[in-house]
Amino acid sequence: MSEPLLQMRGLRIETEVNPGKKHVKPVEILKGIDLTLHRSQVLGLIGESGAGKSTIGLAAMGYARRGLRLSGGEVWLDGEELRSASEEVLCQIRGKKVAYVAQSAAAAFNPAHRLLSQVLEVTNIHDHIDPAKAAKRAIELFDRMGLPNPEEFGTRYPHEVSGGQLQRAMTAMALAGEPDLLVFDEPTTALDVTTQIDVLAIIKEVIRDLGSAALYITHDLGVVAQVADRIKVLRHGQEVEEQETSALLANPREDYTRDLLNVRRASAQAEDADRDEMILSLDRIDAAYGKAQVLWDVSVALRRGTCLAIVGESGSGKSTLARVIMGLLPPSKGQITYQGKAISAALAGRSAASRKAVQMVYQLPDVAMNPRQTIGEIIGRPAQVFLGLSKSAAYTRAKKLLDMVDLPTDMITRFPNQLSGGQKQRVCIARALAAEPETVICDEVTSALDPLVAEGITELLLRLQRKLGVSYIFITHDMAMVRAIADDVVVMRNGRVVEQGPKDSIFDPPYADYTHLLISSTPEMRIGWLEQVLQERRMEAAGN
Amino acid sequence: MADNSIQALVLKRLASGLVTLLIVSLLVFVGTEILPGDVAQAVLGQQATPEAVQAIRDQLGLERPAAVRYLEWLADFALGDLGTSLVSGREISEMIGQRLSNTFFLAAVAAVIAIPLSVGLGLLAALYEGRPTDKGISILTLIFVSLPDFLLGYILLLLGAVVLGWFPALSKLSDSMTFWQQLNAVALPCLTLALVTSSHTMRLTRAAVLSVMHQPYVEMAALKGASRKRIILRHALPNALSPILNIVMLTLAFLVVGVVVVEAVFNYAGMGRLMIDAVSKRDMPLVQACGLIFASVYVLLNLTADILSLLTNPRRRRPK
Amino acid sequence: MSRFLSELDVAARLGLLIVLGFLAAVFVGPFIIPYSEVEIVGSVFSPPSLDHWLGTDNVGRDLLARILAGGQMTVIISFLATCGAFAIGVPLGIVSAIMGGWFDLIVTRIVDALMAFPGLILALIMLSALGTSLPALLLVMSVLSSTIVFRLTRAVAADVAAMEYIEIARLRGENMRWFLFKEVLPNVVPTLLTEFGLRFVYAAILISSLSFLGIGVQPPHADLGGMVKENSLAITFGRMAPILPALALAILAIGINLVVDGLLKRNADLDLHK
Repeated sequence: MSEPLLQMRGLRIETEVNPGKKHVKPVEILKGIDLTLHRSQVLGLIGESGAGKSTIGLAAMGYARRGLRLSGGEVWLDGEELRSASEEVLCQIRGKKVAYVAQSAAAAFNPAHRLLSQVLEVTNIHDHIDPAKAAKRAIELFDRMGLPNPEEFGTRYPHEVSGGQLQRAMTAMALAGEPDLLVFDEPTTALDVTTQIDVLAIIKEVIRDLGSAALYITHDLGVVAQVADRIKVLRHGQEVEEQETSALLANPREDYTRDLLNVRRASAQAEDADRDEMILSLDRIDAAYGKAQVLWDVSVALRRGTCLAIVGESGSGKSTLARVIMGLLPPSKGQITYQGKAISAALAGRSAASRKAVQMVYQLPDVAMNPRQTIGEIIGRPAQVFLGLSKSAAYTRAKKLLDMVDLPTDMITRFPNQLSGGQKQRVCIARALAAEPETVICDEVTSALDPLVAEGITELLLRLQRKLGVSYIFITHDMAMVRAIADDVVVMRNGRVVEQGPKDSIFDPPYADYTHLLISSTPEMRIGWLEQVLQERRMEAAGN
Repeated sequence: MADNSIQALVLKRLASGLVTLLIVSLLVFVGTEILPGDVAQAVLGQQATPEAVQAIRDQLGLERPAAVRYLEWLADFALGDLGTSLVSGREISEMIGQRLSNTFFLAAVAAVIAIPLSVGLGLLAALYEGRPTDKGISILTLIFVSLPDFLLGYILLLLGAVVLGWFPALSKLSDSMTFWQQLNAVALPCLTLALVTSSHTMRLTRAAVLSVMHQPYVEMAALKGASRKRIILRHALPNALSPILNIVMLTLAFLVVGVVVVEAVFNYAGMGRLMIDAVSKRDMPLVQACGLIFASVYVLLNLTADILSLLTNPRRRRPK
Repeated sequence: MSRFLSELDVAARLGLLIVLGFLAAVFVGPFIIPYSEVEIVGSVFSPPSLDHWLGTDNVGRDLLARILAGGQMTVIISFLATCGAFAIGVPLGIVSAIMGGWFDLIVTRIVDALMAFPGLILALIMLSALGTSLPALLLVMSVLSSTIVFRLTRAVAADVAAMEYIEIARLRGENMRWFLFKEVLPNVVPTLLTEFGLRFVYAAILISSLSFLGIGVQPPHADLGGMVKENSLAITFGRMAPILPALALAILAIGINLVVDGLLKRNADLDLHK
């Protein structure tokens, strides 16, 4: 085989330490990484947050973020060693030989310059492509990316185009310098699923057509399975394993990889109990923030002891619906009924009993817990307020609840910042349960967590439901999650309900158009999924 | 359409600036009237005879309601009639004329020194973040921020006038002096003023530039292979311009206030000393006039800062 | 405590030493030094000697004794004024942030109007009317400084109020006292502590400037600023008499600023390593 394009040998990266502070030891981010990438090959890097994926991607450009340094090993790019290379040499390589596509395009474009001038900056700096030719090519790239009005698109400023368009424009920017190697750092993570699939398809197409090599960094195995030839699994700055994509999906060698592949296999066990009693229903709700209406004529109902999933993309109004139920945003029209009785729309008008009955768990546990209160205080307080327990009784109950959510009871004296993300979310669940509610609203409770941790939380919630008989309203954008846990599903878009019904009727044909789009856009962990979906869509389009 | 919105924003700021000026004038007026008891009594103190108190009451028109007096005062002020001094009996506009231009001269020369110095050092510190240059500049400014104006003034006076004898100890301007002689006369107070304000400006500039330098688009520029010079000139500066202009205007506002103490150190015949004299002699009309002038200049500079930062914010720019 | 010290950089530890040294000097010093600050012990503006380490002042009093007593006066006035500023600014800021609505609007407008003035000018205007008694000075300084305390408290408390744990407390139906003491205050205290240092320096320099201009502390009492004024004539003879009290003030200010700077850096570091 020919000389590899990119080769890392025993690469180590650690935090930079102020020599004045002797008690601070450097923290190793990468603990000796070996990596080989040949021309026109795509290597996927996958792992949870803190695994060091992005750090590797940037190291391929001889770059370390502020506060980090390349402390050991070698990085060879096309015959040049980057760790010892001078700043001038690195400037020569960056943009021309290796280009970077960042997660947040909105932040990576300079607000002061027009898009075209930023796309052409690479050729401007390196002067390795004729300007007229580069400009023509940029417009071709815009066209390829499916950007509107490719000739005119580049004259806009970054704040004038949408997030999905910016992400495509950034891919065009990386391609403008015709680099040998592309580094994609979670390029679709910030996008909605229906936008993600388009961007993903374009990225795959351009990589193939141009024959560039690429490092594709993501936390989503479904995504990386579509684009990568080989996949390297990382954890805590070390390699877990690397295999051809098909081999890795079929025969993972390590338990950790197996766990990653098995994510989302959890599912609710159907129970035969009579669960047709309505516990909560919303009837023809309109709601608005100030003058901006966000919900139109929304009616949903929750059956006792079941899980109702409300699913939609950003801006669909699903979280607003949760606020309406909690009484945080009184609707401008419509009625909320709990256990057959109409309850006050505004929080101030609700009785303690009706506030106790519905509890909520939020997306970000970091901002949902007061950093200055102990875990015991956080969990114990609702028990004091709603159950009238004394301080010491509430403390005992908090211990019991910690045990129930699989956390050690001695955690009770700790503060939130001493816990990991998954532990924090468990504490939040324990707090919701402390009030002994009948209904728990879970607002994107797993979307800020790594897949395996999220899996643990989902399993816990299902187990608690069987044990305590609580009813759930799950608010999520994740169709796979809905499939795993829901009994009933409500699909929302732009503040309206587009489809609702029992899970089986939602996930089985015939589909409503939008629901189908959502379902089919969710990446699956198998090779060829992307091509298949695109093929189906083309056929449908042709049929219409 | 797009143009309209920025114009509308600027107009809105101008209008709110005008409202602020009105509120400030009201506060100046109320502020000088909050004393318990009678202004006339207080002004005369121990020597108050009933006749003298009555004379002052007549002169100030204290018999009439405060609202009427406020409106009259404001209207006269707008027309350039600042009233008469209680102590000297002279027209206030006459007393202020020369002193106002003296103060502006002082502040202007100080600005010419302070702004390039402080913005330059701030940029330097930001570009060498964390290195000895930055640490040195940062420690130096921390010390200068802590120095009271009069300490710096007396140290410079001692060095420049007494020990070295390069500059006069008393900063006196006269019409017969050439421009260079005038500059020589105000050199020490200007330097004092410049050093006092520079440290604040430098800290603000450093922070503003650093916050731009830490933006992802600056990292992106580095990853495109842009040289350090190009990153700074093309990517950081256009975005830092708006905060820096804002800081420059705030510096001018600092300068306007700084003159009060510096004029006292160098016995400089400016607005600051006039106001101090008026306050200690409780010459209310003069206090009101000086206070309103200082406050108006301050408000106008802040308003200019607001509008400039609005106009230079790249996110507000639209394609033509 | 030692852990806390080790988290501060060298400059901040030096600053702490300066502040503690200064406080010890001005509160203990006057008992040790053989002269009182009011007795005339020598000729006018005599240079430093073994008897009078810093020389004598404009009427022949021991300058060191004067500076120690004046420093004490400056520290006490600044401390009281800063406490006053916090007593006004913190409750208003927190209530404004939590309540919002008309209350927030009115207080914010008043503070905006006060802050449209340069501080010293506003102080001069108010003092011209109120006179220069000690209560008047404290009142004016507290009000002036409270505007910034209010803004900061309101901003930090508003950040806290936007957090979901506040919403959760609202859903529980907690009362105002709980919000104030259990949810908000513990989260704003660290920021307020560093601000107390900055406000203290501001107050010390403001009162000294006012006294220097002759409208602060009135004779026979004197603070550091007043001493600069008393001795200002000496500068033309090349004597340090007016510079020394000013230098004492500067040393205190530098010490506090070093500590505050170190604390701010430490807090920023803690945020980074979260």
